[in-house]
Amino acid sequence: MARKPASWHWSQDVHKIFRDIGIRQVAYVPDGGLARLIELCDRDRTMRSVVLTTEEEGVAQVAGAWLGGQRAAFLTQSGGVGNCINMLSMMEECRIPMFSMVSMRGEWGETYPWQIPMGQATVGALQTAGVIVHHVDEAERVPETVAAAAKLAFDGMRAVAVIVGQRISQSGGRG
Amino acid sequence: MARKPADWSADVFRILKEEGVRQVAYVPDAGHTRLIKACRAERSMTAVPLTTEEEGVALLAGAWLGGEPGALLMQSSGVGNIVNMLGVARECRFPLLILVTMRGEWGEFNPWQMPMGQATETVLDAAGVIVQRADDPGRVAETARSAAAMAFEGGRMVAVLIGQRVIGFKDWSK
Amino acid sequence: MATKKKEPALLRRAVVKKILAKRGDAAVVTGIGNAIHDVFAAGDDDRNMYLSGIMGGASMVAFGVALAQPRRRVIVITGDGELLAGIGSLATIGVEKPKNLSIVVIDNQAYGATGNQHTHTARGVDLVGIAKASGFERAEQVSKASELDGMIDAIYRGDGPYFAVVKVSTRSGPRGDAPKDGTLLARRFRAAVAGE
Repeated sequence: MARKPASWHWSQDVHKIFRDIGIRQVAYVPDGGLARLIELCDRDRTMRSVVLTTEEEGVAQVAGAWLGGQRAAFLTQSGGVGNCINMLSMMEECRIPMFSMVSMRGEWGETYPWQIPMGQATVGALQTAGVIVHHVDEAERVPETVAAAAKLAFDGMRAVAVIVGQRISQSGGRG
Repeated sequence: MARKPADWSADVFRILKEEGVRQVAYVPDAGHTRLIKACRAERSMTAVPLTTEEEGVALLAGAWLGGEPGALLMQSSGVGNIVNMLGVARECRFPLLILVTMRGEWGEFNPWQMPMGQATETVLDAAGVIVQRADDPGRVAETARSAAAMAFEGGRMVAVLIGQRVIGFKDWSK
Repeated sequence: MATKKKEPALLRRAVVKKILAKRGDAAVVTGIGNAIHDVFAAGDDDRNMYLSGIMGGASMVAFGVALAQPRRRVIVITGDGELLAGIGSLATIGVEKPKNLSIVVIDNQAYGATGNQHTHTARGVDLVGIAKASGFERAEQVSKASELDGMIDAIYRGDGPYFAVVKVSTRSGPRGDAPKDGTLLARRFRAAVAGE
């Protein structure tokens, strides 16, 4: 893998992928690990970014976007995954594609104990709800993982989550 | 196929009372109708209807902090709404007693109930909740008693899954 | 405990039928429960998405459609219990202000699918007040037949988001066999609404 310049952040490449594959709606609950990606999407006039009060709204919105003929991305922190499980049944029941990115807490070097129960349950909960999980914990590999996951979602017609490991965000010290 | 609602509701109510349950949080549900009615009529209990199940986990965390045992009554689809909130009970080791009426399994007629019904047990397990099933009307009460003991004396989160075979299902909107 | 008020006179099936008679090319998303049967009884349509699950999700599904289809009206027909289960959606939609989204709550003050237990609207919760405080500039409650025409006009005309609560009787009426295969519903809706 080619070395990236010091100023490089995976968010730039992921945002470019979003543009290339025609993501038009970005639904998110604000989160530290995905903050730079969210900022890029917020500033991009080809995308409508929507701040949610709770993550389950995002799953429903993404379903609606696909029903209306647009591609959407759903961005959440791992804690939010626990709020979506029932809503995800729509993706399975209607076979609706979902592309999502989950920024992990409660795993790599977490120092905030309340994040650990949900963090440790995140992958299991997603898989039980029928979501295909791609876990990535090297920044350099986030873009290719996103590109692969988006193909699986929109062309393979599946619900897919890219789990962005806490090793990447190193946000373990913040509450 | 809808069998007559059995007396398990009365037995479970008696157990909740004996265990000193004072707060009962619930999302209205056909399978729990009789139990909810009994709890609402009981003066030693406060029964609180919720708009969504996650409110109930938080409420019962507060109940325990305030010194009152509680119970959460809901349908299996609601399990998918409480997973993050269960992290609180796990982190603080709050006891939590949940009585879940199952949908999306035995003889289900609504396909939209299937994904969540089939995932209920695994999701609870992943969230650190001990799961005990009762698929026979005659065993609901003893299962509830066992679960209450594990919750309140063992200090654990415990869910009793009351099988759809026990409840049957009447579609009230018909 | 709830105080027993006078039963509203409006009947849900008739109200929804009257609303949808004017739908034109509007897309309709229903909440779980009786709202499905209201909409189905008014006439099945490829542009109807009946949500037989995801309690609390109808408004946000419709919002996603509304963003994707800005030139088409998107109407939510749902119940009070379903709306309450996703009440935060009103804040999200109130902030985003989609011009082409109308939310109609058929409020019977009860969970009809589980035995008519009271919802919080039976005990004083004011959904129109919540919508207004969340940023819906156009929100109103309707409880008389004479008010329906004005509401129907507001559903289809003017800038949204529009929010209406229709107080109805707990009596529902006969129900048909609304399709519940999600894969089928989603694909026929998408073909009719998005042409894909």
